[in-house]
Amino acid sequence: MEVHHPTSLPDALRAVAAGATPLAGGTDLMVEINFGHALPDHVVGLRRVEELNSWEDSRIGAGVTWRRIDEKGPTALAEAARTVGSPQIRNAGTIGGNVATASPAGDGLPFLAAVDASIELVSPTSTRHLLWSDFFVGVKQTAKAPDELIVAIQLPERLPSRQAFGKVGSRNAMVIATVGCVVTRDDDGKTTVALGSVAPTPIRAFRAEEMISAETSPSESALFEFQRLVSEDVRPITDHRSTEEYRRHAAGVLARRLLERCLR
Amino acid sequence: MIVSFSLNGSPASGRVERPISLLDFLRDELKAIGSKSACDQGECGSCSVILDGVVVCSCLVMAADVEGSTVTTVEGLESEGTLSAVQQAMHEAGAVQCGFCTPGIVVAATDLFSHNSSPTTREIKEALAGNICRCTGYGAIIRAFETLAGEST
Repeated sequence: MEVHHPTSLPDALRAVAAGATPLAGGTDLMVEINFGHALPDHVVGLRRVEELNSWEDSRIGAGVTWRRIDEKGPTALAEAARTVGSPQIRNAGTIGGNVATASPAGDGLPFLAAVDASIELVSPTSTRHLLWSDFFVGVKQTAKAPDELIVAIQLPERLPSRQAFGKVGSRNAMVIATVGCVVTRDDDGKTTVALGSVAPTPIRAFRAEEMISAETSPSESALFEFQRLVSEDVRPITDHRSTEEYRRHAAGVLARRLLERCLR
Repeated sequence: MIVSFSLNGSPASGRVERPISLLDFLRDELKAIGSKSACDQGECGSCSVILDGVVVCSCLVMAADVEGSTVTTVEGLESEGTLSAVQQAMHEAGAVQCGFCTPGIVVAATDLFSHNSSPTTREIKEALAGNICRCTGYGAIIRAFETLAGEST
């Protein structure tokens, strides 16, 4: 087995381009390995790469852990971070890993969709920024090329003034989301709603956004119309964690409650 | 490759030919069997260790990736036969039933008390949210650490 422990980004990029499997917090990759679904013989450990661990304003390095985001992240992303796994998982798991795994249930992904974040992808010869909606292409599938590394998450310079995250699951800690949701509302009324675990990728409920953004002081009936539109726009499946019907219902209720929190 | 790191204050090293976990490396290669192996997916916390100052699940750490790191396991917490404050608190509260989860609980609580000497009950519960006790002996475990927290105030 060949293992690299680079401290510089160029060295890490060379290893990735040479075919090494990137290892960040290990909270996804090691489960695959422990259960015999993956057996990489060429690995690049990323946790010593300073540039990946750096966090400057709206640019969050891919190696920033959930624990750090819980401590100082933007409101709704910090709220999401707090629900990731357990202290042990939050100490290891990274936002870049969440994005790379691209699980429909990734706790950090609804926030990235709600604020139109970009993913910074770097290879030894190129750098590109992909909008979240171009990056996530299917269940655990992304537009990242094999020789590219996720280096950072770029948030907009200015974030909406009101933000709220919520997650429905069977218990408080250590739970994979049945539905995850972020609602943002800015001072001018512009509202976004993004959801996870209800489609192959994180999604936005654009019809609900358009309808409620036009309401300066939404009435009770407007709030329930918003809920109905969110429930209509999601595309959930029935699996071992929940049913399509429940997810559809919960998505609408959760989005409406988060909107109410933003309006307070 | 040979991986070398600090284990409970002493140098440790061994050969790693596959992407095995730190947990399997500790137990099978180094015969340090205090950390327990159960779920292999970070759900149960029985393999908790302190890696470079933070508590993590050793089943989710690749052994080859601890090169040059500092690891503390449950074996490293007592000092010449004297239990640590966290261990003593669990002993006195009778917070051990079958004992399988105990090493992970001790390590997670050690991490908590290392940066918060008087945690609230809620903080204790949140710090132990990733450690499952299948005997469901949580009451005595929480009480042990409430008592320890009270002693420091």
